[in-house]
Amino acid sequence: MNTMTKVEHTEHHGPAAGLTRWLYTTNHKDIGTLYLWFSFTMFLTGGCMALMIRAELFQPGLQLIQPEFFNQMTTMHGLIMVFGAVMPAFVGLANWMLPMMVGAPDMALPRMNNWSFWILPFAFTMMLSTLFMDGGAPNFGWTFYAPLSTTYAPPSVTYFIFAVHMMGISSIMGAINIIATILNMRAPGMTMMKLPLFVWTWLITAFLLIAVMPVLAGVVTMMLMDIHFGTSFFNAAGGGDPVLFQHVFWFFGHPEVYIMILPAFGIVSEIIPTFARKRLFGYSSMVYATSSIAFLSFIVWVHHMFTVGLHLMGELFFMYATMLIAVPTGVKVFNWVATMFRGSMTFETPMLFAIAFVVLFTIGGFSGLMLAIAPADFQYHDTYFVVAHFHYVLVPGAVFAIMAGVYYWLPKWTGHYYPETMGKIHFWCSFIGVNLTFFPMHFIGLAGMPRRIPDYALQFAEFNMVASIGAFIFGFSQLIFLALIIKTIRGGSPATAEVWDKPHGLEWTIPSPAPYHTFSTPPEVK
Amino acid sequence: MKPANSTQQKNRSIVRTLIFSCVLMFGFGFALVPLYDVFCRITGLNGKVVNTGPDIPAGSDKSRTIRVQMIAVNNESMPWEFRALSPMVTVYPGESKQAAYLAHNPTSEKMVAQAIPSVSPSEAAQYLHKVNCFCFDRQPLDSLETREMPLLFVIDPELPTYISTITLSYTLFDITSTQVAENNLSSNPAQPNSTGRNTL
Repeated sequence: MNTMTKVEHTEHHGPAAGLTRWLYTTNHKDIGTLYLWFSFTMFLTGGCMALMIRAELFQPGLQLIQPEFFNQMTTMHGLIMVFGAVMPAFVGLANWMLPMMVGAPDMALPRMNNWSFWILPFAFTMMLSTLFMDGGAPNFGWTFYAPLSTTYAPPSVTYFIFAVHMMGISSIMGAINIIATILNMRAPGMTMMKLPLFVWTWLITAFLLIAVMPVLAGVVTMMLMDIHFGTSFFNAAGGGDPVLFQHVFWFFGHPEVYIMILPAFGIVSEIIPTFARKRLFGYSSMVYATSSIAFLSFIVWVHHMFTVGLHLMGELFFMYATMLIAVPTGVKVFNWVATMFRGSMTFETPMLFAIAFVVLFTIGGFSGLMLAIAPADFQYHDTYFVVAHFHYVLVPGAVFAIMAGVYYWLPKWTGHYYPETMGKIHFWCSFIGVNLTFFPMHFIGLAGMPRRIPDYALQFAEFNMVASIGAFIFGFSQLIFLALIIKTIRGGSPATAEVWDKPHGLEWTIPSPAPYHTFSTPPEVK
Repeated sequence: MKPANSTQQKNRSIVRTLIFSCVLMFGFGFALVPLYDVFCRITGLNGKVVNTGPDIPAGSDKSRTIRVQMIAVNNESMPWEFRALSPMVTVYPGESKQAAYLAHNPTSEKMVAQAIPSVSPSEAAQYLHKVNCFCFDRQPLDSLETREMPLLFVIDPELPTYISTITLSYTLFDITSTQVAENNLSSNPAQPNSTGRNTL
């Protein structure tokens, strides 16, 4: 990691030596690196859990793990991937890139930045430690519906609650920092409508975080009070209502899924113009579309709960509001396609991941539209169709975009080009693995296989076997990614300042690798 | 350096605003609890019933009859025997009707129960007026005791004509342990709900 910011490239003073550099650092590049490595560790941890799930589901019947442990695996896999892998990866990319993109010397609040990262390892140690406790880890699904997570929860639920509190605090501090950086630290001349789209999407994401992470903290606090202090927020016997839990949870949960995808939109909007060698088509419509998606995300949460027994008007309102989201999302997809149209495209690894993102995310979007149809949702609800849908938007959606971003900016971070062939092998293995894993889930879901079960009826056997094989291909191909990153950090052909063919953005005006301190004097933005 | 200072000031004010928004949203999370309750009461969603108390609508509508099905459900691990005396009654809208449930505690200990009602279809919830109901109070039963639990209700003549059957379901919860805990905690008169919300 140390080679990432070599001392000879720093003009003022280099990073401190040894472990304390990482403990005490307030440098946005160091913290970005920490976030990215942490997220990758969690990605592999959550990935191992996913492979345990897929190994058990390779054949019908119980072979490897018991249902109790299976439930803990699905729960922990979800929580770790959402809060430990995807969100910190985006914050890491934001830390690395935002100051360089807006022409700022660092994040606005560097000390808080250090704190918001270092909370995370503790939060996840606490969360993972529940696996070794009496009664096991949380087993109620990542959505932790009451009363499963209150009345019937294992004792470790309290640790889970505090871990969620800590992650929430970390995310909120990260979001505050990002907003302050974008609003206050821009170089002179960098007006809002000149901001790169990655910056714009992160600004909107940060506002979503500020709005909904406190609600998540609220709902876990209510759980804590129900479990330990005798209140009855979600306990029907005491006058509470379990359905209320779902409302409060999804009021957080739906904006949360956009928190996990909007920065991905930003990354892809940076990459596609570079490799299509055209300006992004419809910049301002992209900004407005992102804002509309963020606004709509607050009024659609009930589409997760069509089957709880809603009033007809409720079903209709949330169905139409949900479908409305397809409009701004469609604007974005068409803009990406229009950017590529008649461009001089080349297909380096970041571009391959970005194009795969556009295609596969659109598939996930369409299955989302199917789920939005309230009457049809009664069939799809809690089946593998839902699993297929959200994995299509999160894995080849969010995760592919993160990987695209890493490939795109890795030469800027390390000063070396990554090995292109190896990157392409990683891409094709991941692409085939992802589709083999998740595409068959559409079919078994429509055929009626419920989610979160360790055993299934015989007729689902073939598709499950295919999905498991795909999952192992996808999982192990991430080791190629790891090897590639280590290899690129250690050496490789030196990267130019521009790295790619005339990319746009301030980050390409500074040398590669990016010096430890950049833009100590603000750049001129024309 | 002047510009650095002003940036710092701007940062401070942004941080203040954003932290304040966070606190506000944390409060909003909790405000969703009463909001949800009020919303359900006004709309009658979730089968929650607003109309309690003795105000009986005047006059009954003899032109049609409504079937009221009475369902008894035991929550998990509730050992009582619990059933409606007559599973279905037929009433005229506006007519006040007496019904009863039968509860028996087969265990060797005194237990306390709370019944939670729900009305289906939910559109009918706001037209079902309960004058008196055993679900208004906690119900203690001694070991092996059997008791008839009365219910007096009226159906509002305003009930839409497309509804001809209403299902009234009671779920019985064992709240013995909460009751004991509360009695130990203080000598407050026992209220049926700890969040201060009425269950009709």
